[in-house]
Amino acid sequence: MSENRRIKVLVCKPGLDGHDRGAKVIARALRDAGMEVIYTGIHQTPDDVVNTVIQEDPDAVILSILSGAHNALCPMIMEKLKEKDIDDVLVAVGGIIPDEDKPFLEKHGLKGFQGPGTELKEIVEFVKTNLKR
Amino acid sequence: MRQFAGFGTAAQTNERYKFLLEHGQTGLSVAFSLHTIYGYEADNEYALGEVGKEGVSIDTLKDMETLFDSIDLSKISTSMTINAPAAILLAMYIVTAEKQGHSPDLLRGTIQNDILKEYIAQKSWIFPPEESMRLIIDTIEYCTQHVPQWYTVSISGYHIREAGSTAVQELAFTLADGFAYVEAAMERGLNVDDFAPRLSFFFNAHNNFFEELCKYRAARRIWAKRMKNKYGAKKPESLRLRFHTQTAGVSLTAQEPENNIVRVTLQGLAAVLGGTQSLHTNSFDEALCLPTEKAVKIALRTQQIIANESGVADTVDPLAGSYYVESLTNRMEEEAEAYFFKIEELGGVIPAIKANFFQKEIANASYKYQQEIEKNERIVVGVNDFQLREACSTPLLKIDDQVSKVQIDLLNKIRKNRDNEMVKAKLEKLKIAAQGSENLMPYIMDTVREYASIGEIISTLKEVFGTYDEDSIF
Repeated sequence: MSENRRIKVLVCKPGLDGHDRGAKVIARALRDAGMEVIYTGIHQTPDDVVNTVIQEDPDAVILSILSGAHNALCPMIMEKLKEKDIDDVLVAVGGIIPDEDKPFLEKHGLKGFQGPGTELKEIVEFVKTNLKR
Repeated sequence: MRQFAGFGTAAQTNERYKFLLEHGQTGLSVAFSLHTIYGYEADNEYALGEVGKEGVSIDTLKDMETLFDSIDLSKISTSMTINAPAAILLAMYIVTAEKQGHSPDLLRGTIQNDILKEYIAQKSWIFPPEESMRLIIDTIEYCTQHVPQWYTVSISGYHIREAGSTAVQELAFTLADGFAYVEAAMERGLNVDDFAPRLSFFFNAHNNFFEELCKYRAARRIWAKRMKNKYGAKKPESLRLRFHTQTAGVSLTAQEPENNIVRVTLQGLAAVLGGTQSLHTNSFDEALCLPTEKAVKIALRTQQIIANESGVADTVDPLAGSYYVESLTNRMEEEAEAYFFKIEELGGVIPAIKANFFQKEIANASYKYQQEIEKNERIVVGVNDFQLREACSTPLLKIDDQVSKVQIDLLNKIRKNRDNEMVKAKLEKLKIAAQGSENLMPYIMDTVREYASIGEIISTLKEVFGTYDEDSIF
């Protein structure tokens, strides 16, 4: 991507999980790092997430899930994005993601898996280096 | 000693409860599945992937009967962490006890039922604030008359703190919520001394030892003063602030999880020295998953060691008179008073929620906290200092994805076998009552008895009350 354009990131909380502290802190850290950040708020269904991606055309989507629903929600979001021919957006998930679930999620095209204790600068760096466009 | 537990189906959690009771636990504390917390049935679109993951899945009275199977509800006390649909779960509990042959006046326990902190921090609201307040005052009024040993609202700072507030914000926002419930109940026409003794509090126990124990001392002082001077309470029990404490989940680290056992011990100790009436000590693996049986046992043993071996529970307020403890308590009280003034200026708690006042305060505090960690101004052992580079593995509790299927099958069976005409009639009566101003508890109990699901009851109320959305600020 051109160096002049700001990276645009969508931070989402899919599912019913209300633990939004991490998502909000990350949204602010990315904004402080110069990115354009949209935070969807909580209670997003997979369709909500995909619709916002279509409307906002972000470079990256960050899903924050701490409830254990990642294996159900993430693949569904990826499938729905594929149906809309969206394949140039980085989709990352963080929160509480057990190691043993990572290969399954990776297979569906998800990246990231940052958990509690991750430094914000590491997340900023991760977004910058994993963009697909 | 009361450890929070619930996962999977009601039958699975019933097994865990029996295990805890056999190991000396004296009360039960129910964690509900997210779909139950939001009032959706297990087969709702929103329940996808959530059934039984964070707590026990309850759809109908049948699940509640299974949850307490072979547990005598007249002998134990039960705390239920439920807010927006609290009236429904309480109704299910009362009817379950009724079926065991116990009258409501024998029942002891707590429903969290604190909706204000949901708008402020935890986010599991359903209806708009005013309608939610009505349901809460309905439960307070109903219990005052029929379930006199029940704690009707557990006014909670825990979630405010977990969402990122400071200790003073936790103290101030929680007490402000408490005063809002007192005022609303008095507006309903209830006598303050009739309901105030059944209000309780729920605080967090975080890392800073003295700040935490002074927070509890300040809370007791503020509550007693206001109840007496502002609300005219006369009974000593109305002035007493009773509280449950849980150690700070957010302080647990995924790195070197065994270190959490030590953190929890110190946090629990601060709570006991600060005068807590009941305690939940977190399990060391909770930054990774729901706790395993081994971790749950260590957490319970931690409390038992504090209570029975250390001697700290032998004296009331043992740190009173220490220059540091007294001056810190005074300072926290003053800072809380400054917040009460601000909230009043905004027009009270509900207008302050709608103006995003609390949400902004908490978001700012949590971002500052994280930045302090990143700049190493705040040390978290094993995370930003003294790190080990070796990988460790902790056995995790996995919730079987079959739970969702099992729960949905159970729900379908209920739908088929109950008297659906009767369910419809009772829901219609509830709807009409909701349009008026009557207490809704008896109507909710009637729907529960017919095995109406929590989803059906909530949908009915949504038709009258509407729903609520917040601005997503960060």
